[in-house]
Amino acid sequence: MSTQVFYFVATLSIIFSLMVIFAKNPIHSVLYLILTFFTFTVHYVLLNAQFLAVVNFIVYMGAIMVLFLFVLMLLNLNKETEPSKSPLIKIVGVIAGGCLIVTLFGSLKAATITSPLILKNPGLGLVENLGKELFGPFLLPFELSSLLLLAAMVGAVLLSKKDEVEA
Amino acid sequence: MENLTTQMAGVPLNHYIYLCAIIFTIGVIGVLTRRNAIVIFMSVELMLNAVNLLLTAFSVHSNDPSGQVFVFFIMALAAAEVAVGLAIIVMVYRNTKSIDINVLNRLKW
Repeated sequence: MSTQVFYFVATLSIIFSLMVIFAKNPIHSVLYLILTFFTFTVHYVLLNAQFLAVVNFIVYMGAIMVLFLFVLMLLNLNKETEPSKSPLIKIVGVIAGGCLIVTLFGSLKAATITSPLILKNPGLGLVENLGKELFGPFLLPFELSSLLLLAAMVGAVLLSKKDEVEA
Repeated sequence: MENLTTQMAGVPLNHYIYLCAIIFTIGVIGVLTRRNAIVIFMSVELMLNAVNLLLTAFSVHSNDPSGQVFVFFIMALAAAEVAVGLAIIVMVYRNTKSIDINVLNRLKW
């Protein structure tokens, strides 16, 4: 039963991510993207990466998706305003993607990593373990990422401010 | 939970790589075939998430927490990217009344 859970959730994530790019209405795309992220959270739980599961749930499904939905509804976009590419471009895009996946699978076949995934240390993905790592060797990148978030916040506010009338 | 995660030992590592390759490719196809700027952003998010999952799988495989710390940084970066990107899209919409990225090809000149 155990590995079946992985294959079931993996199938679901592939189906939902296909729906994201093939849904006509952008609102439906966002909703399918939320479902895709939910399946990713399940993957993290199965890998016993509990900290990442919680962060993925809060940051992606909470913050980022609300931002997407908010902008879509603010701009009042729906199926009627959806621009569509010519079928030729779509076919060429899908063929290019197919070539990419064939290349990736081919190179993976040459690598032959077939060893099963074994969780050697059950506490690997817990908050305690990651916190020690984050505030030990990764302290400087952690502080820099706070700077990055500050810069992004300032940039977003500056960009979405209306231009002052030139005096 | 403990039983489930100890039983997960059966999944081979390369099945995780296949899954992430498929989802990454779906993201690439989305970027190539859609013209709505917001859907293109969502496809980029799909690609970032595929990489996140693969980093976590490798981190568990090699018993090294650094991989999961990288995933944390990628999530922080994705949040920043989405905030700035959506602000730019709102700005573009305000000026052109459309979020069709083909409208932006006049930036070339």
